[in-house]
Amino acid sequence: MSTKIVTARVGVPDSYLLSTYLEHGGYSSLKKALAMTPEEVHAEVNASGMLGRGGAGFEAGRKWAMLKQDVVRYLVVNGDESEPSTFKDHLLVEQDPHQLVEGTLITAYAIGASRAFIYLRGEFALGLERVQAAINEAYAYGAVGRNIFGSGFSIDLVLQPGAGAYICGEETALIESLEGKRGFPRIKPPYFPAVIGLYGAPTIVNNVETMSNIPWIIANGGKSFAALGKGRSTGTRLFALSGDVLRPGNYELEMTSKTFRELIFDPEFGGGLRDGRSVKAVIPGGVSAPWIGPDNLDLPLGQDEVAQAGSMLGSGSIIVIDDHSCAVRAAWRITKFFNRESCGQCTPCREGSGWIEKIMHRIELGSATESDLDLVLDVCDNIAPGLTWPPQQTTICVLGPSIPSSVVSAIKMFRDEFMIHIKEEGCPFVH
Amino acid sequence: MSFFTPENLGKAQVLVGLYPDKRSALIPLCHLAQGQHGHLSNEAMVEIAELLGIQPAEVMGTASFYDMLHTEEVGKYLVGVCTNVACMLGGGLELLEHASDVLGIPPGATTDDGMFTLEEVECVAHCDKAPCAQVNYRYFGPLADSDFDRLVDDLRSDRLSETVPPHGVLSRVFRDAPAMVPLEIIHQERRDMDEAKKARLAAQNQDAGGKQ
Ligand SMILES: Cc1cc2nc3c(=O)[nH]c(=O)nc-3n(C[C@H](O)[C@H](O)[C@H](O)COP(=O)(O)O)c2cc1C
Ligand code: SF4
Ligand code: FES
Repeated sequence: MSTKIVTARVGVPDSYLLSTYLEHGGYSSLKKALAMTPEEVHAEVNASGMLGRGGAGFEAGRKWAMLKQDVVRYLVVNGDESEPSTFKDHLLVEQDPHQLVEGTLITAYAIGASRAFIYLRGEFALGLERVQAAINEAYAYGAVGRNIFGSGFSIDLVLQPGAGAYICGEETALIESLEGKRGFPRIKPPYFPAVIGLYGAPTIVNNVETMSNIPWIIANGGKSFAALGKGRSTGTRLFALSGDVLRPGNYELEMTSKTFRELIFDPEFGGGLRDGRSVKAVIPGGVSAPWIGPDNLDLPLGQDEVAQAGSMLGSGSIIVIDDHSCAVRAAWRITKFFNRESCGQCTPCREGSGWIEKIMHRIELGSATESDLDLVLDVCDNIAPGLTWPPQQTTICVLGPSIPSSVVSAIKMFRDEFMIHIKEEGCPFVH
Repeated sequence: MSFFTPENLGKAQVLVGLYPDKRSALIPLCHLAQGQHGHLSNEAMVEIAELLGIQPAEVMGTASFYDMLHTEEVGKYLVGVCTNVACMLGGGLELLEHASDVLGIPPGATTDDGMFTLEEVECVAHCDKAPCAQVNYRYFGPLADSDFDRLVDDLRSDRLSETVPPHGVLSRVFRDAPAMVPLEIIHQERRDMDEAKKARLAAQNQDAGGKQ
């Protein structure tokens, strides 16, 4: 049995209730933390080496250290989870909201936040109910509010619902949204909300899974966390596996302990593909990530390992595409997503996503010509000049430069499939 | 005449009081209004603006950015079929076509009886149940065509009213209490915490210096 940190209580009946959480030692980490100094709590998180679980993979302890020490500063938890094929935070907020609340309160203490906010994706109706109920229970239990557990530390915790906009996952857009505005990402610099964030005050933004790891780190020590995994990839990660596999789902694995192949084929996890099919491509880290081919299936699931292969572990989601599925159609659908969700502030992103979507659709439907392939690459190059990885940024946020990832990967890996669509004037796959 | 019922006005006032800047309550208030009325009416936006001390146009301007805030009427059940990539690989586009046939409307439209509005939606983080659909943000999947037909039947005959409230009602759990600690008190506490921390660090440095 491998170590389960964030999903330890998933599957326990009524895992979301305070009574269940307390039976499993819940809120003892908060008590422990409040008996430590904020620096000591911070030091444990530093020692854990935990990388943020939201996508960018920035070390949590280092981010906290960057927080400008103004008297007024805030903590905002990012639960907007809308990166296509990412569904790990969804599980955590529904099944273990108290773990999230406890991690948030410990963090608020460590960084000295004036108020903490949990921003949850609006579509998570059940998640909103579960987290609000957990917050209500936590207040009644004395874990949040005035003079928490008699420690002299006080704070209020507020749940904020989103209202349907992918871009609000980007941390500066999330802050705008939390201020009651349209979710427009802010122009950088300032690069970090840790300097100028919510209401202009220094703000830490951390992901739901990042926060959910904190109680375990305080209970077991940062060193125990760092003992799991390898290199910069410490602890576990919750991998969201989907697409053409027999057993899609969330699997919490010690980082680097398994390869893509093991996650996809092990009967305990993905359970393999349908009879007679093989892996054609894998999209690691959300649809912003470049695809990897079957030749990379033996890569361990670690931050640097995937980065070295020219992609990213990103949000920890993994989509499998088998050889009966169409690469053109998948890449087209991903572009359509970006086109719908572009906030419209930057020309390359707003216009480029539309053009790529149109051309890709034309290719999929069989009404394209060979020159359309070059045209689509040219538009991609205008969004992210040089088509390098990581991409060059010409826009306010990194949604723009993420648009070419799928299209460029698909054309690089499956050019012949594109040519068949063009020559035979249609999609050769049955769907 | 006020838009919010007395009960909801109470909730609205709690929401407004939660933030250092009232405007942050804009989205929560829009959800509250939709919960009461099914969509975001002009009267609601005017009242929200009043509660927040801003112009109704600012409420409209913000609300129009967000997919879940509907300034036009929508059906009692907002059915969103996901066709993003994981669902697409599982037959999401075909499910959307089927949904359109069964309900007799294209995506974006509402049935004549006002029962259903159909939408094509982006990933709703339910990808391990592909292809999936959400009804008023309650999730169903994986859905074969026949499962979808049964779902529509159940909704029509009110068999799912427990799990799926009418459109607009999002979270049915509200905050028990307003914010407990005035920010002035928090700020004083933080000043003290920061002073204490500085003193500890200075003492540590001195210790370290002494040992050298
Ligand atoms: C377009 C875009 C969408 C994002 N969506 C999310 C999201 O849904 N959830 C999330 O935690 N981070 C998301 N991020 C990353 C956040 O900006 C931020 O890096 C993260 O919340 C920091 O938390 P962490 O350090 O704990 O990972 C997104 C970034 C971009 C550019
Ligand atoms: S890159 Fe796209 S999503 Fe990001 S700010 Fe610019 S237009 Fe908006
Ligand atoms: S792709 Fe449909 S729910 Fe994620």
